[in-house]
Amino acid sequence: MLWYALRRLVLALPLLVGITFISFAVIHLAPGEPVDVTGGTMNTKSSAQARQLLREMYGLDQPIAVQYWNWLGRIARLDFGRSFAPDGRPVLHKIGERLPVTLMLNIVELLIIVALAIPIGMASATRQYSVFDKVTTVFVFVGFATPDFWLALLLMILFGVELGWLPISGLRSLNWEYMSGWRQHWDFVSHLVLPILVATFGGLAGFSRYMRQSMLEVIRQDYIQSARAKGLSERVVIGKHALRNAMLPLVTILGLSLPGLIGGSVIVESIFAIPGMGQLMVQAVFERDYPVIMGNLVVVAVLTLVANLLADVAYGLVDPRIRLGGRGRR
Amino acid sequence: MRAVLLVLLLAAALAGCTDRRDDVAVSAAPRPTGDRAYGDTLIRALAANISGLIPNIVGDKYSHDAVALVYNGLITHDKDTNIVPDLAESWDLAADCRELTFRLRKNARWHDGRAFTADDVVFTYQLMSHPKTPSPYKDDFEDVTSVEALDPYTVRVRYKSSYANALMIWGQSMLPKHLLESYMLAGKLKEAPQNFTTPVGTGPYKFHEIRAGEKIVLVANPDYYAGRPYISRIVYRIIPSQATIFLELKAKGIDQADLTALQYQRQTDYPAFKSAYNKFRYADKVYNYLGLNHTDRRFADKRVRQAFAHAINKRDLIEGVRFGMAREATGPYKHGTWVYNPNVRTYPYDPARARKLLAEAGWTTKNAEGLLVKDGQPFTFELLISQGSDEGKKIAEIIQSQLRDVGVGVELRVLEWAALLKEHIKKHRFAAAAMAWSTGLDPDQYSIWHSSQTGPDEFNFVSYKNPEVDGLLERGRRTCRQSERKRVYDRLQEIFAEEQPLVFLYFRDTMPAVAARVQGIVPGPIGIDYNMYEWYVPKQLQLYMSE
Repeated sequence: MLWYALRRLVLALPLLVGITFISFAVIHLAPGEPVDVTGGTMNTKSSAQARQLLREMYGLDQPIAVQYWNWLGRIARLDFGRSFAPDGRPVLHKIGERLPVTLMLNIVELLIIVALAIPIGMASATRQYSVFDKVTTVFVFVGFATPDFWLALLLMILFGVELGWLPISGLRSLNWEYMSGWRQHWDFVSHLVLPILVATFGGLAGFSRYMRQSMLEVIRQDYIQSARAKGLSERVVIGKHALRNAMLPLVTILGLSLPGLIGGSVIVESIFAIPGMGQLMVQAVFERDYPVIMGNLVVVAVLTLVANLLADVAYGLVDPRIRLGGRGRR
Repeated sequence: MRAVLLVLLLAAALAGCTDRRDDVAVSAAPRPTGDRAYGDTLIRALAANISGLIPNIVGDKYSHDAVALVYNGLITHDKDTNIVPDLAESWDLAADCRELTFRLRKNARWHDGRAFTADDVVFTYQLMSHPKTPSPYKDDFEDVTSVEALDPYTVRVRYKSSYANALMIWGQSMLPKHLLESYMLAGKLKEAPQNFTTPVGTGPYKFHEIRAGEKIVLVANPDYYAGRPYISRIVYRIIPSQATIFLELKAKGIDQADLTALQYQRQTDYPAFKSAYNKFRYADKVYNYLGLNHTDRRFADKRVRQAFAHAINKRDLIEGVRFGMAREATGPYKHGTWVYNPNVRTYPYDPARARKLLAEAGWTTKNAEGLLVKDGQPFTFELLISQGSDEGKKIAEIIQSQLRDVGVGVELRVLEWAALLKEHIKKHRFAAAAMAWSTGLDPDQYSIWHSSQTGPDEFNFVSYKNPEVDGLLERGRRTCRQSERKRVYDRLQEIFAEEQPLVFLYFRDTMPAVAARVQGIVPGPIGIDYNMYEWYVPKQLQLYMSE
């Protein structure tokens, strides 16, 4: 198992270089350049010379291959460089101050989704075509089809403007510093209720459908029949024998959604004015802030590769067939 | 067409709601007033993150807005856009405008307690002209040959040649030499802490705190040279979504925000909003235009451009796109400024006239589809618009339908902004584009109209060429007496009106709403923010505790 993990890790390196090279090329091929923002493309006061000066400062006058090589050299030494934005701050600082919020939001969201999706999926599968199954099916599809921003605005109007129960946007009230410790926590949580609600509602559909489908397949298997024939109670049959097997595909999907944890949801973050990774990335793309875009991409790519690896390893741990298969070099 | 008409009727019904003076309008119910008092917090919204806190090296509007109250220039503008003293108490401008002497205020201090002196002025000039300073405003100082401190409170500036903007460029924020000199010399201004956490200026508000992507807090500067400002704290909340900004305004989470035309006319006209906010309205410096590429043979003929100007109903545009919140543009200068010339040729909506002009230009026959034809080619062209600009899209759609009425076919093409600029505008690969120009306080627009400015990275991208205009532009920027410049720019506007180098559409209005408890706001052609340090909230109306 360890050997397998190590081999996968070594193979991941060239893959990472490949990913960064393609991303680097694509970003530089996109029309527009950082100079446009700092110097203002359509700013009639900035002359062509002034923009040329900026290009030289950023090293953008060199061929893309040279730029990539220089960048790769710096990344190898874990130097992510400084943002092209006029604040010129180190990329890692920028990512560092945005990451915790996004990570926390997404982890809470994922936990809620999983906690709801598994029972919903199980219940729908065991009572296939029942009223409950049909109602939840309609409900999750409505959730899946509802645009985030629309739902967000409706909830903001209801709970923020009309009822005044919850804050509309941001992470903290403006007088947060003057609140007592207990109030500070409540203030923070109340700011998160709506964004998490919106994000969860949209994400629930996929997971609960996977769970239902996987459960449906499992309960038709012979070993479930034999478990029932042994006289085990339905709770043990479903809750123990069926559930463990039905969870397998979900592990893969969970693993694949790990990189999404740091990506952040652009729409939710923008609408609720939450300073997270999604906002940072979108702004960086609009400003053609190459170091920030690439920094972000490297972090996401590494996480994706690691998550894939973890999912494979975890899969092997839950499913003995795969472990044996690996040893036998299928 | 029906939709446009409907909007027209609605707008006419709503038109009675505001008390409109010539250039500015205030729509407010009578309110309790009170004496000037210190205290309270004003919360404003910024629609984008801040990219830097030294305004001299950042180009975006939001960063400038956020620190506008932290810094001062030597001069500033009053509500009627006249130049008035700021850190300079007074000045002498030589008759040929090649020498300028400033006498500085003796009571101005940096926020860290140091006195502001002539050395800082010399330093700010050095910084702007330093080869390693990445500033979009460098060209402003190109004509300056020397800046000397004659004594700690007197500065003498010399210019290469007579320069119209000699005085105006000194509106640039003054920067502290004692804090920034080493960063400037190293070419690392962007990395100075003053640029992202602790800016130090001389302005009415001191910088207190920034939380990236969340908010910026300013506090009143008790040592401000003109006296401590009344409002104790100003908070800028960063909210990227316009819809959210509006909801926050309705829920009283913020005190000031710009309204869209739709919000101004339709969504804020209920009693609770009216009693909580004052709405203001003034002409913005931005005008929308239809740009036609003069290298396209069809558009090189001014009769075609004039025909378009007659064929496009600007009233329809203003009502349909801006709900009436704009004014017809007669040229590139806005109404109410000293340079504006009202006596120029205008283009009332007149499709018959447009057809006649097109016929004079040789577009006489029509094909089966009703399109004008010349030399076997139907008159159709592609109109480029930027993605995400709802305004641009609506303008283009109305132009499309109105030009179709006179036999010209328009295809719309939506492109991402950067792609539109890089691949089409800058390479001159376009027939027409619906865009907007933001104009400065000074009338010099050399880079937009001069025939030498038609290169790939330059701004006369429609390739407009007129020797008389070139001459006027050159004279305009070399003449420093306003009366003489007025003559130059009056003539320029006559030519522009006649030739329609761009089809000028309208100057849009800006419509801020400010919490009703805030008093002392005096709107002018320049807007409302120019005297923020004089705004106040009477004691009994104060909402937030300060300190």
